[in-house]
Amino acid sequence: MDWLLEPFQLGLMRRALMASLLVSATCSLLGVYVVLRRMAFLSEAVAHTTLPGIVIAYFNKWNLLAGAVIAAILTAIGIGWLGRGQKLREDTAIGIVYSGMFALGIVMISSSKNFMDFTHMLVGNVLGVSNQDLVGIAIVCFVVCGTLWAVGKELLLSTVDPLHSQTIGLSVQRMRYILLILLALSVVTAIQAVGVVLTTALMVTPAATATLITKRLKWVFFWSVTCSFASSIIGWYVSYYYEVSAGGAIVLSCTSLFGLVYLAHRAGLFHRGHHVEDQTEFASEEF
Amino acid sequence: MSDACCSENHLKLTNAEAECEHKLPPLPYGGRGHQGPKPSSLALEFHRLTVSYPSTKKIVVSDITLSVARGQRVALVGHNGAGKSTLLKAAAGLIKPDSGSISVYGNAVGDCHHRTAYLPQRSDVDWHFPITVNDLVMTGRYVHLGWLKRPGVADRQLVSAALDRLGIGDLAQRQIAELSGGQQQRALIARALVQQASLFLLDEPLNAVDESTRDIVDNVLNDHAKVGGSVLVATHDLGRLSESFDVAVYMKDGRIQQVEMLPGGKFTVEVNSIQFNPSTPATQGSR
Repeated sequence: MDWLLEPFQLGLMRRALMASLLVSATCSLLGVYVVLRRMAFLSEAVAHTTLPGIVIAYFNKWNLLAGAVIAAILTAIGIGWLGRGQKLREDTAIGIVYSGMFALGIVMISSSKNFMDFTHMLVGNVLGVSNQDLVGIAIVCFVVCGTLWAVGKELLLSTVDPLHSQTIGLSVQRMRYILLILLALSVVTAIQAVGVVLTTALMVTPAATATLITKRLKWVFFWSVTCSFASSIIGWYVSYYYEVSAGGAIVLSCTSLFGLVYLAHRAGLFHRGHHVEDQTEFASEEF
Repeated sequence: MSDACCSENHLKLTNAEAECEHKLPPLPYGGRGHQGPKPSSLALEFHRLTVSYPSTKKIVVSDITLSVARGQRVALVGHNGAGKSTLLKAAAGLIKPDSGSISVYGNAVGDCHHRTAYLPQRSDVDWHFPITVNDLVMTGRYVHLGWLKRPGVADRQLVSAALDRLGIGDLAQRQIAELSGGQQQRALIARALVQQASLFLLDEPLNAVDESTRDIVDNVLNDHAKVGGSVLVATHDLGRLSESFDVAVYMKDGRIQQVEMLPGGKFTVEVNSIQFNPSTPATQGSR
């Protein structure tokens, strides 16, 4: 038992665990919509485009996370604006904004001659989370989870049947912007735990794991959070005892869990549910 | 489904409807509130409507004048590209017309969202989203709930009665991806019933579905018309459904080619006199 309790004796480890769990809850809940709406590439883009915001904040001695939040929200809105009205395919809009903003960040870093200042943003440093950071992460977690709860049925409808949503006056575009802003906020908190490069993993992998386990939305949320919590705790212990990057260990735990569930899924352990009885209806009947 | 069973389910639905006659939401999605029908207005009127898609600028519907009276069942018949689906989408407020006007119960499109139920082609719905049939049908109640409010007991009763009426009550807890094509169509019509919409806009509802689904849908639409509801259906082939409609409007290349009063049809239809076949008597008015 001692080895289980030992990491708790250090204040920075306790803060790191708390931060990891809050980030996990935020990302894994939002990640369900990211996965179900096929927005994984978008979350990756938002994570990477925070870089110029962080660099600008660093140069001006502002709060780095505030810079990241502003850059992420601007990116989310920019992608939504470029992709509206199908003038550009969404993945094209994402690719343009993503690569442009990341390139801007790299150019700005290279001009600073001090790359090391930004490494903890690129690969994360959850062990360096202060009490003030923890409060910020908790607020974001509360805002994201509260918003998801409040507009859950509207997000569901605009995802399942956007045309019906539009017909009853529920703007699909408005719901998309809400989701993009929540995504931007979540990404910024995740950057502290696992860094810009690995943030998407916290967003996508637990939710993807959950969709293999169940086909009921409320259980997808439950399993997504459970997998994410488990990964954070395992990664936290691994990081402590093997002295490796906590962010990397958390993401590797996530990926390992996904691998195990995927194998179990292939072996038929999940979804022994109903099958479509009259599939032929789809193709055979002409009316 | 037997007649007795139909009547019983219809009664249950009517009772649930009565319980659900609560006030419309103070926070409607559309922002403009909900308008009641204007006295002695038609259910749906297109006046010299021309619609093109913004992306292609190609005119899809050209100078259409057509009206659908209360209690009337109209079939829009034509091949792919005839403009049927576009006409339905314009009536549902999904596409803005280039010129001309549309009124729904005497109001502008979007002023009475709760009165219009648009059933898209099945391919427009994400059937792999992890929700149950019950959840999907419940989305029909959202227009009556608005932001923040959750479905109550009366809403659940209404959903249950609608599922029974469509003969899919036993599938209520099944995941929507596990439904056959006919079952999916029944679920969408059940959603329109729980929406308590007066005007049904159905896009290819009977395409590639089984005989029993056709009969059930036919009965439901007939019942809907009997109580004053109106139905506008887009179909590429009237086939054996000629007795289920009052009027067939044949379309080609975005224009009305011919209007046919169907056997047993109780109504005439108002169209632009310059466009339909002179061999078909042009009639004005609705009843």
